[in-house]
Amino acid sequence: MLSKRIIPCLDVRDGHTTKGIKFKNNVDVGDPVAMARFYYEAGADELVFYDITASSDRRNIMIDVVRRVAAEIFIPFSVGGGIRNLDDMREVLLAGAEKVSVNTAAVLNPAIISQGAEIFGSQCIVLGMDVKKVEASPKIPSGYEMVIHGGRTPMGIDALWWAEEAVRLGAGEICLNSIDADGTQAGYELTLTRMISLAVPIPVIASGGAGLPEHLEQVLTQGKADAALIASMIHYGTYTIQEIKEYLSRRDIPIRLTW
Amino acid sequence: MSSLVVIDYEAGNLTSVVRSLRALGVEGTITQAPKVVAAAERVIFPGVGAAGKAMATLQRLGLDQALRESFQKGTPILGICLGAQIILEFSEENDTSCLGLLPGRTRALPRLAGLKIPHMGWNRVRFLRPHPVFRGLPPEAEYYFVHSYYPDPAQESMVLGLTDHGRDFPSALGWRNLVATQFHPEKSGRFGLKLLENFLAWDGHYAE
Repeated sequence: MLSKRIIPCLDVRDGHTTKGIKFKNNVDVGDPVAMARFYYEAGADELVFYDITASSDRRNIMIDVVRRVAAEIFIPFSVGGGIRNLDDMREVLLAGAEKVSVNTAAVLNPAIISQGAEIFGSQCIVLGMDVKKVEASPKIPSGYEMVIHGGRTPMGIDALWWAEEAVRLGAGEICLNSIDADGTQAGYELTLTRMISLAVPIPVIASGGAGLPEHLEQVLTQGKADAALIASMIHYGTYTIQEIKEYLSRRDIPIRLTW
Repeated sequence: MSSLVVIDYEAGNLTSVVRSLRALGVEGTITQAPKVVAAAERVIFPGVGAAGKAMATLQRLGLDQALRESFQKGTPILGICLGAQIILEFSEENDTSCLGLLPGRTRALPRLAGLKIPHMGWNRVRFLRPHPVFRGLPPEAEYYFVHSYYPDPAQESMVLGLTDHGRDFPSALGWRNLVATQFHPEKSGRFGLKLLENFLAWDGHYAE
């Protein structure tokens, strides 16, 4: 039976990770390569790097990180943030990432999904979705709206419609982030996750709101997610991946326990 | 020196295979040259993507013949993912005639209610028969999969391992000097590296 995936997310700015102050074992917490290695050995099923570099040299810095990570870890990882076109995708994939995640660029130019899928294969193309709960309306019938720019810019696009459209265009997976839940550590947005996961045939990674192992249990059962993204709850040493996985396994959720 | 070749037929990114070999202290040569493939002492045949385009590219480059030659003379060959599918005679994906190193067909994973396709993520392999390449892998180990089709060899004895996604499908194959995995050993952590290490040490002999 396919295991549910537990995926640490690392925010990278100017080649350095931005969270993770309570690491032990001599791990350089600012170094994305050292953190990737640490999580790889700690039982992560996959890793997500989110590039929040703002400088003009962002591409070169991130490509170097991707190349060094790829030499050290032998599980899949994806890179998102600032992927604007097919050249960006190609560079990241050739540097050793398994997948690229497109978010804003896909909303502004949906053809990037179909072109990316055609050239690199659907399995490489993750649609990142930032979603906000709104009043249901004729324009937003699901009551969930697509937002970009980290949640600042509402797009007037229904999230459910967009997820189904992205599948039609060839996305291989969806990373679904609730702007409302993100950063709260109060639990994932279960209604949203369940709605999208039941609607699409491709895997859905739930993102935003993880603070306790119970939150992962909820989103992987009630929320029907195939994978769960986690950040602060492990970056600050509150939990280990192993603790989270053992908790989920005790509740009969299929989990990879040997690595 | 022993030559290890990774076949490049423009079906996805091969750098992860080469990187995992490097972690084992072995340099693989990525090549599109039929002569290099036919002369190699060991061949890895990876790949992701669609069967139709992959077969067309293999034929255009003359790699289909080179692979048949390698297989016939007993070179140890490891097929991975798409490389585990197009070694069969036929693929339901794009209704494609394939290499036919093994009898059988590649079929679409059944679309059962509540199951996601592609089958993407970590899953177990229930090994049915011992094989040098799968030696030392614990039964609880999991491997990374990402695929919508699976290889279905004509003879049961060629199925070395099964994986459950709604129902069982063959995920590890072996016949003579050929082994193949539907999963990606290069993305399967420590146990995937162990499998690759076993393959690098294998002399190509396998008694069913």
